[in-house]
Formats: sequence, C-alpha cells, structure tokens
Amino acid sequence: MKRKLITIIIITVCFLLECTVFHRLSFASVKPNLLIIITSSFGFMRGKKEGMAVGVCSGLLIDIFWGNLLGFHTLLFAVIGYINGSFRRLFFDDDIKLPIALIAASEMIYGLVCYFCMQMLQGDFAFGIYLIQIILPELVYTLLVTLILYQIILQINKKLEAEEQRSASRFV
Amino acid sequence: MKMKNQSSLPSKYWLMIIIVCCIILLGIERFTDGGGPLRFVANYTVIPMQKGISYVGRFMSDLSDNFKTLEEMKKENDELQTKVDELTIDNTRLRQEQYELERLRELYKLDENYSDYTKIGAHVIANNGSNWFNDFTIDKGSNDGIKKDCNVLAGSGLVGIVTEVGPNYARVRSIIDDSSSISGMILSTSDTCIVRGDLKQMSDGRIRFEKLANNDNEIEVGEQVVTSHVSSRFLQGLFIGYISEVEVDSNNLTRSGYITPAVDFTKLQEVLVITTTKQELIDSSDSDENSKGD
Repeated sequence: MKRKLITIIIITVCFLLECTVFHRLSFASVKPNLLIIITSSFGFMRGKKEGMAVGVCSGLLIDIFWGNLLGFHTLLFAVIGYINGSFRRLFFDDDIKLPIALIAASEMIYGLVCYFCMQMLQGDFAFGIYLIQIILPELVYTLLVTLILYQIILQINKKLEAEEQRSASRFV
Repeated sequence: MKMKNQSSLPSKYWLMIIIVCCIILLGIERFTDGGGPLRFVANYTVIPMQKGISYVGRFMSDLSDNFKTLEEMKKENDELQTKVDELTIDNTRLRQEQYELERLRELYKLDENYSDYTKIGAHVIANNGSNWFNDFTIDKGSNDGIKKDCNVLAGSGLVGIVTEVGPNYARVRSIIDDSSSISGMILSTSDTCIVRGDLKQMSDGRIRFEKLANNDNEIEVGEQVVTSHVSSRFLQGLFIGYISEVEVDSNNLTRSGYITPAVDFTKLQEVLVITTTKQELIDSSDSDENSKGD
C-alpha cells in the first residue's frame, strides 16, 4: 500500500515538474522526458508487472494532458515498461551502466515511434531533421537528468525494500 | 492472500490485456470526441496542482524581479517613456482616423463587426511536457465563458486557439504547433496565404507561410501578416507576425516563406482569450440578415 502511494506520488511530481518547471529549463526548446526515466527504472528495478503499471499511469497522464489521442502513449509506455522489466535479472544496485543504457534505449524507442506515428504517417519524411533537432537533444538531456533522478528513485526503492523485508521477517 | 491472487496471472497476459484496451480506446477515439469522464476527473485532481505550482513559480519570478538594480530600472523606465511618447503620438493620429472612419461607416451604414471583442485574461498554468506538441493549459474554462475555438492573444499578437475546455481549464494549441494552420492575409496588399506551424522550425521560433499568390504585388521582408476574412475559426484582423523571408516557389504561381511571430512563445505567462468565436459572429450576422429579409 505504502509502495503504491509513493510510486503514484513520484509519477505525479515528475509529471508536474515536466510541464511547469522544465519548460523554463529547456535547452534549444527541448525538454527532458522524466516519465520515461521513471517507467524504465521501475521496470528494471521491480519487474515486468510494476514497470507496466507505472507505464500505463504515466502514459495515461500524457494522453489526457498533452496528447490528442487517448491510448497511444499508454500503449507505448506500457510496452516500454514491460521490455525493461525483462532486464530485472541483470540489474544490480551499484552498477550504473545498465540503467543508463536501458533508459537511453527506451528514450530512443520513444522518439522513433513518435516520429513514425505522428510525422511519417502524415507524409513527412524529413527524418534527419527530426533526429537532430528533437530526438537526439531530448536523449542527451534526459540522460543528464537521469544521473540525478535515478539516484533518488534508487534510494527510495532501497528504503522501501528494506522496510518490506523487515515487516516480512516479523511475520515469519 | 489478495496479493497472491493478483500475481497469479502472468505478466504476459497483463500486457495483452493492456494492449487490447489501448487499441479499443484508440478505436473509440476515432468515433467519439475526447476523453470524457477521465478529463472530468483530471479537472479536479491534476489541474489544481498545476495551478499551485505555477502560482509558486510566478511568486518566485516576482521575487527575483524585486532584486533588479536601480540602474536597470532607470534604463527600462527611459525606454518605456520614449515608447509611451511614441504611442501617444500614434494614438492621437489613430483616434482622428477612427472618428473619420466612424463617420464614413455611418454614411455607408456598415455594421462594426470586429475590433471590439470582449476579452478575458488568463494565466498559463502548464505547458506541454512532450517535445512533439506545442500547446498549453490556462486557468480559465467554461465557467468563465470560454468555448472551443475561442481565439487566444498575448500582448499584440495571436497565440492560438482553444481546442478543449473543462470547467476550470482550457487547452490552447499555439500557432507554432505542427497541426496548426491558419488562413492569413498580408496587411498591405490583402493577399491571402496559409500560415502553417512546423515542428522543424520550432527551435528557430519561426512559422511557415505558403500559397501566397505570385502576383504583381511586391512583398517585402518586415510586412505584417494578420488573420484573413475567409478563415472559419479565426476572427479577422488578428496580428500574427512579420514576414522574415519570402521566395517564389518552383511552380512560379505561388510564393512561400517564413514569418516571425509577434509573440515570444517561450515566455508566455498571461494571455487574453476572446470569448466570441467566429462561428457565433457568422451566425448572428446571418440571423440579422434573415430578420431584415422578413
């Protein structure tokens, strides 16, 4: 219960930060994608199911407030959370390389799918311009933010896990 | 016990269920309009939080403004003073012309349809967090008389159009968004063109115009573009921006180029919403004509 509440709070806070504060902090009119960091990191820290649930929540928020089609981002984020969840066995707390690589890959997939579904299907084939002006800058900025945000999520997760273990051992 | 029941279904099937739900949602969206109940819930949960954060943000930026040095203030004051002088001169000249115009209009018995729209002010409380769209949320909604397709201004220029209204919020699509296209008009020659937002130009802060007839009218850099009389959703004569580049297309029939918008979209804080929509104006003028015909 406590874990669910904290997860929802993290998602909401990141969503609110992204649409208010980070608009002011945008470089070259590009904002980082905080929700993909959360979806991806909950995926590889907690497994497929939780990654998927976090993905659905953040995708739904995006669809309602930023997008124009209900379901598109929900689907995309759920699948990203699920794929990240299958890397749980390779994940160790002290290793930062795998999380960075996974988040970068997720962000790249997100950018490519967005280009494919929203621009290319409308007949806009200037892929190079989108890659250089939006997808890659967003990727770099997201990775910079990851270095800070990931540590916070990791610490929260560690605390929660320790607490859960304590209460579990009390029952045994 | 409950936890065990939940986890008994493998995650594969959960993924399937979610995918099917999303595809159904996408399909439904094709036939209906908007998120309905979800947006209603959002109005009372997330919107107040966004309002809170943007209120704090405004407070902080006000606070940092307080620490400006006296010198800066003086400089700004001088600049503003010269601007006031200029505007006063302009204003007197324009007022004289206004009187003349009114007199002539009376002679012609023309209704004064535009120029005096009722506007209400609103704060921008949230922007779009994704880099693929360019819209924002304001803190006034249908309770304040805002409707879908209301035009939104900031300062002197056109900002966008309301695409979605809740009781206490409204979403505005800005004119630099990829899906925006407006029928515009060159102020000096009255030639119409299409002003189209473009994601590729967004970082330069420019918008593209196209389909301007390649006729004898000379168009120079710096000319003003306003919304045209043929637009079905934008009121006539709202200022869009200045032409920054113009060239003849390869078909030799049309011209296209770029417009620098009058509004700085990176620093939007307050906007003005015109509460009359173009459709209402058209309807009311139609009914006037009908009653006259009877």
